[in-house]
Amino acid sequence: MRYDHPRFLDQGEAALTVEFGDAVDAELNALVLALDDAFLRERPQGIRETTPTYRSLLVHYEPLEMSRQALVGWIEQRLPVTVREAKQSRAASGALDCFVAGAPRNDGQEWVVPCCYDPAIAEDIEEAASNLGLPARALAEKHAAADYRAFMYGFAPGWCYLGGLPQALAIPRRLAPRGPTPEGAVLIGGGLSLIATNPMPTGWYVIGRTPERLFSLTREPPFLIAPGEALRFEFIDAATFAALDARAAQGEILARREARA
Amino acid sequence: MSARLLIRAAGPGVTVQDAGRFGYSRFGVTPAGPMDEAAFLTATRAVGAAAAIEVSLGGVALESEGAELAVAIAGGAFDIRLDEAKLPPACLIALAPGARLAIRAGASGAWCYVAIGARFDLPLALGSLSTHARSGIGPKPLAAGDALRLLDVAPALDGAQAIDAPWLARDDAPIRVMLGPQDDYFTPEAIEAFLSSKWRVGARSDRMAYALEGPNLTHSRGHDIVSDGAAIGAIQVPGSGAPFVLMADRQPTGGYPKIATAIGADLGRLAQLRPGETLSFKEVGWVEAVAARAALKNKLAAGAVLTPLAAELSTEKLLAVNLIGGVVSGRE
Repeated sequence: MRYDHPRFLDQGEAALTVEFGDAVDAELNALVLALDDAFLRERPQGIRETTPTYRSLLVHYEPLEMSRQALVGWIEQRLPVTVREAKQSRAASGALDCFVAGAPRNDGQEWVVPCCYDPAIAEDIEEAASNLGLPARALAEKHAAADYRAFMYGFAPGWCYLGGLPQALAIPRRLAPRGPTPEGAVLIGGGLSLIATNPMPTGWYVIGRTPERLFSLTREPPFLIAPGEALRFEFIDAATFAALDARAAQGEILARREARA
Repeated sequence: MSARLLIRAAGPGVTVQDAGRFGYSRFGVTPAGPMDEAAFLTATRAVGAAAAIEVSLGGVALESEGAELAVAIAGGAFDIRLDEAKLPPACLIALAPGARLAIRAGASGAWCYVAIGARFDLPLALGSLSTHARSGIGPKPLAAGDALRLLDVAPALDGAQAIDAPWLARDDAPIRVMLGPQDDYFTPEAIEAFLSSKWRVGARSDRMAYALEGPNLTHSRGHDIVSDGAAIGAIQVPGSGAPFVLMADRQPTGGYPKIATAIGADLGRLAQLRPGETLSFKEVGWVEAVAARAALKNKLAAGAVLTPLAAELSTEKLLAVNLIGGVVSGRE
Protein backbone atom coordinates (compact mmCIF):
# COMPACT_ATOMS: atom_id res chain seq x y z
CA MET A 1 0.00 0.00 0.00
CA ARG A 2 1.18 3.51 -0.78
CA TYR A 3 0.41 6.22 1.78
CA ASP A 4 -1.22 9.50 0.73
CA HIS A 5 1.56 11.30 2.50
CA PRO A 6 4.88 9.76 3.55
CA ARG A 7 5.51 8.99 7.20
CA PHE A 8 8.57 10.45 8.92
CA LEU A 9 9.88 7.96 11.44
CA ASP A 10 12.89 8.62 13.66
CA GLN A 11 15.66 6.08 14.06
CA GLY A 12 17.34 7.90 16.89
CA GLU A 13 18.27 11.56 16.55
CA ALA A 14 20.55 11.12 13.54
CA ALA A 15 18.51 9.02 11.12
CA LEU A 16 15.07 9.56 9.67
CA THR A 17 13.05 6.98 7.76
CA VAL A 18 10.86 8.48 5.05
CA GLU A 19 8.29 5.75 4.50
CA PHE A 20 6.17 5.96 1.35
CA GLY A 21 4.26 2.74 1.91
CA ASP A 22 4.55 -0.81 3.12
CA ALA A 23 4.74 -2.93 -0.01
CA VAL A 24 7.16 -4.04 -2.70
CA ASP A 25 5.81 -2.02 -5.58
CA ALA A 26 7.32 -0.27 -8.59
CA GLU A 27 5.54 3.03 -8.11
CA LEU A 28 6.41 3.15 -4.45
CA ASN A 29 10.03 2.36 -5.24
CA ALA A 30 10.07 5.10 -7.89
CA LEU A 31 8.99 7.63 -5.24
CA VAL A 32 11.76 6.47 -2.93
CA LEU A 33 14.35 6.78 -5.68
CA ALA A 34 13.05 10.19 -6.80
CA LEU A 35 13.63 11.54 -3.30
CA ASP A 36 16.98 9.75 -3.16
CA ASP A 37 17.90 11.45 -6.43
CA ALA A 38 17.10 14.84 -4.91
CA PHE A 39 19.57 14.13 -2.10
CA LEU A 40 22.23 12.91 -4.53
CA ARG A 41 21.73 15.91 -6.81
CA GLU A 42 21.59 18.66 -4.21
CA ARG A 43 23.77 17.13 -1.48
CA PRO A 44 22.37 19.29 1.33
CA GLN A 45 24.73 20.17 4.16
CA GLY A 46 24.40 17.87 7.16
CA ILE A 47 23.38 14.73 5.24
CA ARG A 48 25.76 11.82 5.66
CA GLU A 49 24.15 9.35 3.30
CA THR A 50 20.83 7.93 2.19
CA THR A 51 19.78 4.28 2.02
CA PRO A 52 16.95 3.52 -0.41
CA THR A 53 14.83 0.40 0.03
CA TYR A 54 11.70 -0.88 -1.72
CA ARG A 55 9.43 1.47 0.12
CA SER A 56 11.42 3.89 2.24
CA LEU A 57 14.45 6.13 2.26
CA LEU A 58 16.62 6.16 5.37
CA VAL A 59 18.34 9.55 5.69
CA HIS A 60 21.43 9.54 7.90
CA TYR A 61 21.98 13.11 9.03
CA GLU A 62 23.95 15.18 11.51
CA PRO A 63 21.28 16.86 13.67
CA LEU A 64 23.78 19.44 14.90
CA GLU A 65 24.07 20.67 11.30
CA MET A 66 20.51 20.15 10.10
CA SER A 67 17.58 19.91 12.48
CA ARG A 68 14.85 17.33 12.05
CA GLN A 69 12.42 20.12 11.30
CA ALA A 70 14.68 21.55 8.59
CA LEU A 71 15.19 18.08 7.13
CA VAL A 72 11.48 17.31 7.00
CA GLY A 73 10.87 20.75 5.45
CA TRP A 74 13.54 20.12 2.83
CA ILE A 75 11.95 16.80 1.95
CA GLU A 76 8.39 18.19 1.92
CA GLN A 77 9.41 20.80 -0.64
CA ARG A 78 10.52 18.07 -2.99
CA LEU A 79 7.68 15.65 -2.45
CA PRO A 80 4.76 17.01 -4.50
CA VAL A 81 6.82 16.96 -7.65
CA THR A 82 7.87 13.39 -7.24
CA VAL A 83 4.42 12.15 -6.33
CA ARG A 84 2.80 13.95 -9.25
CA GLU A 85 5.44 12.80 -11.70
CA ALA A 86 5.04 9.22 -10.68
CA LYS A 87 1.25 9.38 -10.84
CA GLN A 88 1.08 11.08 -14.22
CA SER A 89 3.65 8.91 -15.82
CA ARG A 90 2.03 5.75 -14.55
CA ALA A 91 -1.29 6.83 -16.02
CA ALA A 92 0.29 7.81 -19.31
CA SER A 93 2.68 4.99 -19.90
CA GLY A 94 0.68 1.83 -19.42
CA ALA A 95 4.08 0.21 -19.32
CA LEU A 96 5.14 -2.79 -17.33
CA ASP A 97 4.53 -2.40 -13.66
CA CYS A 98 8.17 -1.93 -12.83
CA PHE A 99 8.60 0.89 -15.31
CA VAL A 100 7.28 4.16 -14.09
CA ALA A 101 8.09 6.38 -17.06
CA GLY A 102 9.79 9.60 -16.06
CA ALA A 103 10.96 7.93 -12.87
CA PRO A 104 14.53 8.57 -11.83
CA ARG A 105 17.25 6.72 -13.71
CA ASN A 106 14.75 5.67 -16.33
CA ASP A 107 16.86 7.07 -19.14
CA GLY A 108 15.73 4.63 -21.80
CA GLN A 109 18.83 2.54 -21.27
CA GLU A 110 19.08 -0.88 -19.75
CA TRP A 111 21.82 -3.17 -18.60
CA VAL A 112 22.12 -6.45 -20.46
CA VAL A 113 23.45 -9.07 -18.04
CA PRO A 114 24.52 -12.51 -19.31
CA CYS A 115 22.88 -15.40 -17.47
CA CYS A 116 23.28 -19.16 -17.80
CA TYR A 117 20.23 -21.27 -16.90
CA ASP A 118 21.86 -24.66 -17.49
CA PRO A 119 20.69 -26.94 -14.65
CA ALA A 120 24.31 -28.05 -14.26
CA ILE A 121 25.12 -24.71 -12.63
CA ALA A 122 21.62 -23.28 -12.02
CA GLU A 123 21.32 -25.51 -8.99
CA ASP A 124 17.65 -25.08 -8.10
CA ILE A 125 16.04 -24.47 -11.50
CA GLU A 126 14.51 -27.95 -11.73
CA GLU A 127 13.08 -27.70 -8.21
CA ALA A 128 11.70 -24.19 -8.77
CA ALA A 129 10.24 -25.16 -12.14
CA SER A 130 8.56 -28.20 -10.62
CA ASN A 131 7.07 -26.05 -7.83
CA LEU A 132 5.78 -23.62 -10.44
CA GLY A 133 4.42 -26.38 -12.67
CA LEU A 134 6.65 -25.42 -15.58
CA PRO A 135 9.41 -27.14 -17.54
CA ALA A 136 12.81 -25.72 -16.50
CA ARG A 137 13.36 -24.47 -20.04
CA ALA A 138 10.13 -22.44 -19.90
CA LEU A 139 11.13 -20.94 -16.57
CA ALA A 140 14.45 -19.87 -18.07
CA GLU A 141 12.81 -18.39 -21.16
CA LYS A 142 10.28 -16.43 -19.16
CA HIS A 143 12.96 -15.14 -16.81
CA ALA A 144 15.24 -14.09 -19.66
CA ALA A 145 12.40 -12.42 -21.59
CA ALA A 146 11.32 -10.07 -18.78
CA ASP A 147 12.38 -6.48 -18.11
CA TYR A 148 13.67 -5.76 -14.63
CA ARG A 149 14.54 -2.79 -12.52
CA ALA A 150 17.00 -2.70 -9.61
CA PHE A 151 14.77 -1.88 -6.64
CA MET A 152 17.41 -1.94 -3.91
CA TYR A 153 20.55 -3.55 -2.58
CA GLY A 154 20.60 -5.28 0.77
CA PHE A 155 21.74 -8.25 2.79
CA ALA A 156 25.35 -8.16 1.55
CA PRO A 157 27.46 -5.96 -0.76
CA GLY A 158 26.23 -6.18 -4.34
CA TRP A 159 23.10 -8.21 -3.60
CA CYS A 160 20.74 -6.53 -6.04
CA TYR A 161 16.97 -7.04 -5.66
CA LEU A 162 14.99 -6.79 -8.90
CA GLY A 163 11.39 -5.91 -9.64
CA GLY A 164 9.72 -7.10 -12.84
CA LEU A 165 9.61 -10.84 -12.32
CA PRO A 166 6.71 -12.28 -14.40
CA GLN A 167 3.77 -13.34 -12.24
CA ALA A 168 4.12 -16.90 -13.56
CA LEU A 169 7.50 -17.10 -11.79
CA ALA A 170 6.33 -15.74 -8.42
CA ILE A 171 7.39 -18.45 -5.99
CA PRO A 172 7.35 -18.19 -2.20
CA ARG A 173 10.67 -18.32 -0.42
CA ARG A 174 11.73 -21.64 1.08
CA LEU A 175 10.67 -22.33 4.65
CA ALA A 176 14.25 -23.19 5.59
CA PRO A 177 17.30 -21.66 3.87
CA ARG A 178 19.39 -23.65 1.42
CA GLY A 179 23.18 -23.71 1.67
CA PRO A 180 25.47 -20.95 0.41
CA THR A 181 24.72 -19.67 -3.10
CA PRO A 182 27.30 -20.05 -5.86
CA GLU A 183 29.02 -16.79 -6.88
CA GLY A 184 26.97 -14.67 -9.23
CA ALA A 185 23.78 -16.56 -8.47
CA VAL A 186 20.57 -15.35 -10.13
CA LEU A 187 17.66 -16.19 -7.88
CA ILE A 188 13.90 -15.97 -7.59
CA GLY A 189 11.76 -15.88 -4.46
CA GLY A 190 8.94 -13.92 -2.88
CA GLY A 191 7.81 -12.47 -6.23
CA LEU A 192 11.19 -10.91 -7.00
CA SER A 193 14.42 -11.78 -8.70
CA LEU A 194 17.86 -11.21 -7.22
CA ILE A 195 21.45 -11.17 -8.38
CA ALA A 196 23.77 -12.26 -5.57
CA THR A 197 27.51 -11.79 -5.33
CA ASN A 198 29.32 -13.61 -2.54
CA PRO A 199 28.11 -17.03 -1.33
CA MET A 200 25.51 -16.84 1.45
CA PRO A 201 22.72 -19.14 2.64
CA THR A 202 19.34 -18.06 1.28
CA GLY A 203 15.69 -18.96 1.17
CA TRP A 204 15.52 -18.15 -2.55
CA TYR A 205 15.98 -20.48 -5.54
CA VAL A 206 19.13 -20.38 -7.68
CA ILE A 207 17.73 -20.46 -11.24
CA GLY A 208 20.76 -19.10 -13.07
CA ARG A 209 24.26 -17.75 -12.80
CA THR A 210 25.84 -14.68 -14.26
CA PRO A 211 29.57 -14.46 -14.91
CA GLU A 212 29.30 -10.69 -14.30
CA ARG A 213 30.60 -9.38 -11.00
CA LEU A 214 28.05 -6.93 -9.69
CA PHE A 215 30.62 -5.96 -7.08
CA SER A 216 34.38 -6.03 -7.32
CA LEU A 217 36.74 -4.07 -5.11
CA THR A 218 39.52 -4.40 -7.67
CA ARG A 219 37.57 -2.80 -10.49
CA GLU A 220 36.45 0.75 -11.18
CA PRO A 221 33.57 1.24 -10.67
CA PRO A 222 33.19 -1.35 -7.89
CA PHE A 223 29.41 -1.49 -8.41
CA LEU A 224 27.86 -1.53 -11.87
CA ILE A 225 24.14 -1.12 -11.50
CA ALA A 226 22.55 1.71 -9.50
CA PRO A 227 19.22 1.33 -7.69
CA GLY A 228 16.53 2.36 -10.16
CA GLU A 229 18.35 1.25 -13.30
CA ALA A 230 16.72 -1.14 -15.77
CA LEU A 231 18.16 -4.46 -16.82
CA ARG A 232 17.42 -7.67 -18.65
CA PHE A 233 19.15 -11.02 -18.82
CA GLU A 234 20.77 -12.48 -21.89
CA PHE A 235 20.56 -16.25 -22.30
CA ILE A 236 24.01 -17.89 -22.48
CA ASP A 237 25.01 -21.56 -22.53
CA ALA A 238 27.40 -23.28 -20.14
CA ALA A 239 30.40 -23.01 -22.48
CA THR A 240 29.85 -19.28 -22.93
CA PHE A 241 29.44 -18.92 -19.17
CA ALA A 242 32.82 -20.55 -18.59
CA ALA A 243 34.51 -18.33 -21.18
CA LEU A 244 32.92 -15.13 -19.91
CA ASP A 245 33.61 -16.08 -16.29
CA ALA A 246 37.32 -16.32 -17.10
CA ARG A 247 37.22 -12.88 -18.73
CA ALA A 248 35.33 -11.37 -15.78
CA ALA A 249 37.95 -12.84 -13.45
CA GLN A 250 40.48 -10.65 -15.28
CA GLY A 251 38.43 -7.56 -14.41
CA GLU A 252 36.52 -7.23 -17.68
CA ILE A 253 33.00 -5.79 -17.49
CA LEU A 254 30.61 -8.05 -19.40
CA ALA A 255 27.27 -6.33 -18.87
CA ARG A 256 26.41 -3.74 -21.54
CA ARG A 257 24.27 -0.64 -21.52
CA GLU A 258 21.84 -0.61 -24.42
CA ALA A 259 18.80 1.37 -25.49
CA ARG A 260 15.73 -0.39 -24.14
CA ALA A 261 13.63 -1.96 -26.87
CA MET B 1 63.33 4.79 7.32
CA SER B 2 60.59 2.25 7.30
CA ALA B 3 58.65 1.70 10.48
CA ARG B 4 56.32 -1.13 11.22
CA LEU B 5 53.91 -2.00 13.97
CA LEU B 6 54.33 -5.65 14.84
CA ILE B 7 51.35 -7.62 16.09
CA ARG B 8 52.85 -10.09 18.57
CA ALA B 9 49.54 -11.44 19.84
CA ALA B 10 45.93 -10.74 19.01
CA GLY B 11 42.69 -12.23 20.24
CA PRO B 12 39.74 -12.64 17.89
CA GLY B 13 38.05 -9.46 16.74
CA VAL B 14 41.04 -7.11 16.73
CA THR B 15 40.58 -4.90 13.67
CA VAL B 16 41.59 -1.65 12.01
CA GLN B 17 38.82 0.94 12.11
CA ASP B 18 38.55 4.48 10.88
CA ALA B 19 35.43 6.64 11.18
CA GLY B 20 33.55 4.23 8.92
CA ARG B 21 32.66 3.51 5.31
CA PHE B 22 29.96 5.90 4.25
CA GLY B 23 28.06 6.35 1.00
CA TYR B 24 27.81 2.69 0.02
CA SER B 25 24.89 1.49 2.12
CA ARG B 26 22.85 1.87 -1.10
CA PHE B 27 24.88 -1.04 -2.49
CA GLY B 28 24.43 -3.23 0.58
CA VAL B 29 27.75 -2.28 2.15
CA THR B 30 28.02 -2.18 5.94
CA PRO B 31 29.44 1.08 7.31
CA ALA B 32 31.60 -0.58 10.03
CA GLY B 33 33.67 2.00 11.97
CA PRO B 34 34.37 2.08 15.71
CA MET B 35 32.03 0.51 18.28
CA ASP B 36 32.77 3.31 20.77
CA GLU B 37 33.17 6.48 18.73
CA ALA B 38 34.03 8.76 21.68
CA ALA B 39 36.85 6.45 22.79
CA PHE B 40 38.04 6.11 19.18
CA LEU B 41 38.15 9.91 18.80
CA THR B 42 39.92 10.30 22.13
CA ALA B 43 42.73 8.02 20.97
CA THR B 44 42.99 9.20 17.37
CA ARG B 45 42.88 12.91 18.21
CA ALA B 46 45.65 12.50 20.80
CA VAL B 47 48.06 11.52 18.01
CA GLY B 48 46.40 13.05 14.95
CA ALA B 49 45.52 9.70 13.38
CA ALA B 50 42.58 8.87 11.13
CA ALA B 51 42.41 5.20 12.07
CA ALA B 52 43.05 3.05 15.11
CA ILE B 53 43.32 -0.57 16.10
CA GLU B 54 40.14 -1.65 17.84
CA VAL B 55 41.04 -4.16 20.54
CA SER B 56 38.43 -6.68 21.65
CA LEU B 57 38.28 -8.54 24.97
CA GLY B 58 40.77 -10.92 23.37
CA GLY B 59 43.52 -8.32 23.80
CA VAL B 60 46.60 -7.52 21.75
CA ALA B 61 50.38 -7.23 22.14
CA LEU B 62 52.25 -4.73 19.99
CA GLU B 63 55.83 -3.77 19.30
CA SER B 64 57.38 -1.10 17.18
CA GLU B 65 60.09 -1.71 14.62
CA GLY B 66 62.27 0.93 13.06
CA ALA B 67 61.01 3.99 14.92
CA GLU B 68 59.78 5.22 18.23
CA LEU B 69 56.03 5.71 17.99
CA ALA B 70 53.55 7.97 19.72
CA VAL B 71 50.75 5.65 20.84
CA ALA B 72 47.45 6.76 22.33
CA ILE B 73 45.17 4.29 24.07
CA ALA B 74 41.58 4.89 25.14
CA GLY B 75 38.48 2.79 25.63
CA GLY B 76 37.12 0.61 28.39
CA ALA B 77 39.07 -0.01 31.60
CA PHE B 78 41.52 -2.39 29.97
CA ASP B 79 44.74 -3.65 31.52
CA ILE B 80 47.56 -1.79 29.76
CA ARG B 81 51.21 -2.65 30.25
CA LEU B 82 54.33 -1.23 28.71
CA ASP B 83 56.81 -3.98 29.42
CA GLU B 84 56.30 -4.47 33.16
CA ALA B 85 54.85 -1.03 33.92
CA LYS B 86 51.11 -0.81 34.40
CA LEU B 87 49.55 2.19 32.70
CA PRO B 88 46.15 3.82 33.13
CA PRO B 89 43.45 2.71 30.66
CA ALA B 90 43.71 5.97 28.71
CA CYS B 91 47.24 7.16 28.07
CA LEU B 92 49.68 8.54 25.54
CA ILE B 93 53.05 6.85 25.45
CA ALA B 94 56.22 6.54 23.44
CA LEU B 95 56.64 3.01 22.15
CA ALA B 96 60.29 2.40 21.38
CA PRO B 97 61.60 -0.53 19.36
CA GLY B 98 62.07 -3.47 21.68
CA ALA B 99 59.37 -2.45 24.14
CA ARG B 100 56.17 -4.45 24.29
CA LEU B 101 52.73 -2.91 24.71
CA ALA B 102 50.29 -5.49 26.05
CA ILE B 103 46.57 -4.75 26.26
CA ARG B 104 44.20 -7.17 27.92
CA ALA B 105 40.65 -7.09 29.19
CA GLY B 106 40.61 -5.25 32.51
CA ALA B 107 38.12 -4.22 35.14
CA SER B 108 35.40 -3.29 32.67
CA GLY B 109 34.69 -2.42 29.07
CA ALA B 110 34.61 -4.42 25.86
CA TRP B 111 36.60 -2.30 23.38
CA CYS B 112 39.84 -0.35 23.50
CA TYR B 113 41.45 1.81 20.79
CA VAL B 114 45.14 2.05 20.00
CA ALA B 115 46.03 4.96 17.74
CA ILE B 116 49.51 5.45 16.34
CA GLY B 117 51.09 8.81 15.47
CA ALA B 118 51.54 7.65 11.87
CA ARG B 119 49.52 6.52 8.90
CA PHE B 120 48.83 2.83 8.25
CA ASP B 121 50.18 1.92 4.81
CA LEU B 122 46.97 0.09 3.89
CA PRO B 123 44.82 0.48 0.78
CA LEU B 124 41.49 2.22 1.15
CA ALA B 125 38.54 -0.01 0.32
CA LEU B 126 35.56 2.06 -0.85
CA GLY B 127 37.16 5.10 0.73
CA SER B 128 37.76 3.61 4.16
CA LEU B 129 40.26 1.58 6.15
CA SER B 130 37.59 0.00 8.35
CA THR B 131 37.54 -3.78 8.52
CA HIS B 132 34.24 -5.49 7.85
CA ALA B 133 35.17 -9.09 8.46
CA ARG B 134 31.92 -10.70 7.24
CA SER B 135 32.08 -9.22 3.75
CA GLY B 136 35.87 -9.20 3.54
CA ILE B 137 35.96 -5.47 2.85
CA GLY B 138 38.89 -3.61 4.40
CA PRO B 139 41.96 -5.08 6.08
CA LYS B 140 41.75 -8.60 7.48
CA PRO B 141 41.33 -8.86 11.27
CA LEU B 142 44.77 -8.64 12.86
CA ALA B 143 46.58 -11.78 13.97
CA ALA B 144 49.85 -12.63 15.68
CA GLY B 145 52.69 -12.28 13.19
CA ASP B 146 51.09 -9.46 11.20
CA ALA B 147 53.05 -6.26 10.64
CA LEU B 148 51.47 -2.95 9.66
CA ARG B 149 53.74 -0.68 7.67
CA LEU B 150 53.67 2.90 8.92
CA LEU B 151 54.08 6.13 6.96
CA ASP B 152 54.54 9.72 8.15
CA VAL B 153 55.67 8.70 11.63
CA ALA B 154 55.30 11.66 14.00
CA PRO B 155 57.75 12.18 16.86
CA ALA B 156 56.57 10.90 20.23
CA LEU B 157 56.28 13.13 23.30
CA ASP B 158 58.79 12.60 26.06
CA GLY B 159 57.51 10.29 28.73
CA ALA B 160 54.08 8.85 29.26
CA GLN B 161 50.94 10.89 29.84
CA ALA B 162 47.64 9.94 31.33
CA ILE B 163 44.70 10.99 29.15
CA ASP B 164 42.07 12.48 31.40
CA ALA B 165 38.87 12.10 29.37
CA PRO B 166 35.92 12.20 31.78
CA TRP B 167 33.49 11.08 29.06
CA LEU B 168 35.15 7.65 29.16
CA ALA B 169 34.07 7.10 32.78
CA ARG B 170 30.79 5.38 32.00
CA ASP B 171 28.08 4.95 34.60
CA ASP B 172 25.27 2.42 34.60
CA ALA B 173 22.46 4.92 34.01
CA PRO B 174 19.76 3.64 31.62
CA ILE B 175 20.60 3.74 27.92
CA ARG B 176 18.47 6.48 26.43
CA VAL B 177 16.36 5.49 23.42
CA MET B 178 13.89 7.10 21.09
CA LEU B 179 10.95 4.85 20.31
CA GLY B 180 10.54 3.69 16.73
CA PRO B 181 10.70 3.55 13.82
CA GLN B 182 8.36 0.53 14.11
CA ASP B 183 7.11 0.81 17.70
CA ASP B 184 3.60 0.52 16.22
CA TYR B 185 4.38 -3.16 15.52
CA PHE B 186 4.34 -3.88 19.27
CA THR B 187 1.66 -4.13 21.92
CA PRO B 188 1.63 -1.40 24.61
CA GLU B 189 2.59 -4.14 27.07
CA ALA B 190 5.65 -5.01 24.98
CA ILE B 191 6.78 -1.38 24.91
CA GLU B 192 6.24 -1.11 28.64
CA ALA B 193 8.20 -4.33 29.20
CA PHE B 194 10.99 -3.07 26.95
CA LEU B 195 11.32 0.20 28.89
CA SER B 196 10.89 -1.18 32.40
CA SER B 197 12.87 -4.42 32.29
CA LYS B 198 16.43 -5.16 33.17
CA TRP B 199 18.21 -6.66 30.14
CA ARG B 200 21.30 -8.79 29.96
CA VAL B 201 23.81 -8.66 27.10
CA GLY B 202 23.77 -12.13 25.53
CA ALA B 203 26.78 -14.26 24.69
CA ARG B 204 25.99 -14.01 20.97
CA SER B 205 26.98 -10.36 20.81
CA ASP B 206 29.58 -8.95 18.47
CA ARG B 207 30.32 -5.99 16.22
CA MET B 208 27.20 -6.75 14.20
CA ALA B 209 24.64 -6.74 17.01
CA TYR B 210 24.23 -7.12 20.76
CA ALA B 211 21.70 -9.75 21.76
CA LEU B 212 19.49 -8.76 24.69
CA GLU B 213 18.15 -11.33 27.16
CA GLY B 214 15.00 -10.52 29.09
CA PRO B 215 11.26 -10.78 28.61
CA ASN B 216 9.93 -11.77 25.20
CA LEU B 217 8.52 -8.77 23.36
CA THR B 218 5.20 -9.45 21.67
CA HIS B 219 4.52 -8.11 18.20
CA SER B 220 1.05 -6.74 17.60
CA ARG B 221 0.92 -7.29 13.84
CA GLY B 222 3.52 -9.78 12.77
CA HIS B 223 7.28 -9.73 12.82
CA ASP B 224 7.95 -9.22 9.12
CA ILE B 225 8.23 -5.76 7.62
CA VAL B 226 9.10 -4.84 4.07
CA SER B 227 12.85 -4.16 4.21
CA ASP B 228 13.79 -0.83 5.66
CA GLY B 229 17.12 0.92 6.24
CA ALA B 230 18.73 0.28 9.64
CA ALA B 231 20.65 2.87 11.66
CA ILE B 232 23.26 2.10 14.31
CA GLY B 233 21.59 1.61 17.69
CA ALA B 234 18.30 0.42 16.21
CA ILE B 235 16.77 -2.31 18.37
CA GLN B 236 15.33 -4.96 16.12
CA VAL B 237 12.93 -7.64 17.35
CA PRO B 238 12.70 -10.80 15.20
CA GLY B 239 9.96 -13.41 15.53
CA SER B 240 11.56 -14.93 18.63
CA GLY B 241 10.67 -11.76 20.58
CA ALA B 242 14.28 -11.41 21.77
CA PRO B 243 15.70 -8.03 20.75
CA PHE B 244 19.05 -7.19 19.13
CA VAL B 245 20.76 -3.82 19.16
CA LEU B 246 22.24 -3.23 15.72
CA MET B 247 25.85 -2.11 15.99
CA ALA B 248 28.66 -0.94 13.68
CA ASP B 249 28.74 -4.08 11.49
CA ARG B 250 24.97 -4.28 10.99
CA GLN B 251 23.49 -4.96 7.56
CA PRO B 252 22.38 -1.62 6.11
CA THR B 253 18.78 -2.82 5.72
CA GLY B 254 16.63 -5.27 7.63
CA GLY B 255 13.25 -6.92 7.62
CA TYR B 256 12.31 -7.01 11.31
CA PRO B 257 10.47 -4.29 13.23
CA LYS B 258 12.64 -1.91 15.25
CA ILE B 259 11.01 -1.06 18.55
CA ALA B 260 13.38 1.77 19.49
CA THR B 261 16.79 3.24 18.72
CA ALA B 262 19.58 4.03 21.19
CA ILE B 263 20.65 7.66 20.99
CA GLY B 264 24.10 8.53 19.66
CA ALA B 265 25.48 9.84 22.95
CA ASP B 266 24.82 6.50 24.69
CA LEU B 267 26.02 4.14 21.95
CA GLY B 268 29.61 4.00 23.20
CA ARG B 269 28.47 3.22 26.73
CA LEU B 270 26.23 0.48 25.38
CA ALA B 271 29.04 -0.91 23.22
CA GLN B 272 31.35 -1.15 26.24
CA LEU B 273 28.99 -3.57 28.02
CA ARG B 274 30.23 -7.14 28.10
CA PRO B 275 28.18 -10.29 27.63
CA GLY B 276 26.51 -11.03 30.95
CA GLU B 277 26.30 -7.39 32.04
CA THR B 278 22.92 -5.76 32.50
CA LEU B 279 21.31 -2.61 31.24
CA SER B 280 17.98 -0.85 31.10
CA PHE B 281 16.43 1.67 28.74
CA LYS B 282 14.82 5.06 29.17
CA GLU B 283 12.73 6.84 26.58
CA VAL B 284 13.72 10.35 25.51
CA GLY B 285 12.63 12.65 22.72
CA TRP B 286 14.59 14.11 19.81
CA VAL B 287 15.40 17.36 21.62
CA GLU B 288 16.95 15.62 24.60
CA ALA B 289 18.84 13.22 22.34
CA VAL B 290 20.31 16.09 20.35
CA ALA B 291 21.21 17.98 23.55
CA ALA B 292 23.11 14.90 24.76
CA ARG B 293 24.80 14.61 21.37
CA ALA B 294 25.85 18.28 21.48
CA ALA B 295 27.13 17.97 25.05
CA LEU B 296 29.32 14.99 24.14
CA LYS B 297 30.58 16.70 21.00
CA ASN B 298 31.49 19.82 22.97
CA LYS B 299 33.34 17.82 25.60
CA LEU B 300 35.29 16.00 22.91
CA ALA B 301 36.05 19.27 21.14
CA ALA B 302 37.37 20.82 24.36
CA GLY B 303 39.84 17.97 24.40
CA ALA B 304 41.32 15.64 26.95
CA VAL B 305 43.82 16.79 29.56
CA LEU B 306 47.25 15.16 29.45
CA THR B 307 49.01 14.64 32.76
CA PRO B 308 52.62 13.47 32.79
CA LEU B 309 52.50 10.05 34.33
CA ALA B 310 55.80 10.09 36.13
CA ALA B 311 54.64 13.04 38.24
CA GLU B 312 51.27 11.56 38.91
CA LEU B 313 52.65 8.21 39.86
CA SER B 314 55.35 9.65 42.11
CA THR B 315 52.75 9.61 44.85
CA GLU B 316 52.44 5.91 44.18
CA LYS B 317 56.10 5.13 44.65
CA LEU B 318 55.42 1.51 43.98
CA LEU B 319 54.83 1.97 40.28
CA ALA B 320 56.88 5.04 39.59
CA VAL B 321 60.22 3.32 39.42
CA ASN B 322 58.99 0.65 37.09
CA LEU B 323 57.22 3.06 34.84
CA ILE B 324 60.05 5.54 34.50
CA GLY B 325 62.45 2.67 34.11
CA GLY B 326 60.32 1.16 31.38
CA VAL B 327 59.95 4.35 29.44
CA VAL B 328 63.56 5.41 29.78
CA SER B 329 64.99 2.04 28.93
CA GLY B 330 62.74 1.96 25.93
CA ARG B 331 64.39 5.06 24.47
CA GLU B 332 67.95 4.01 24.76
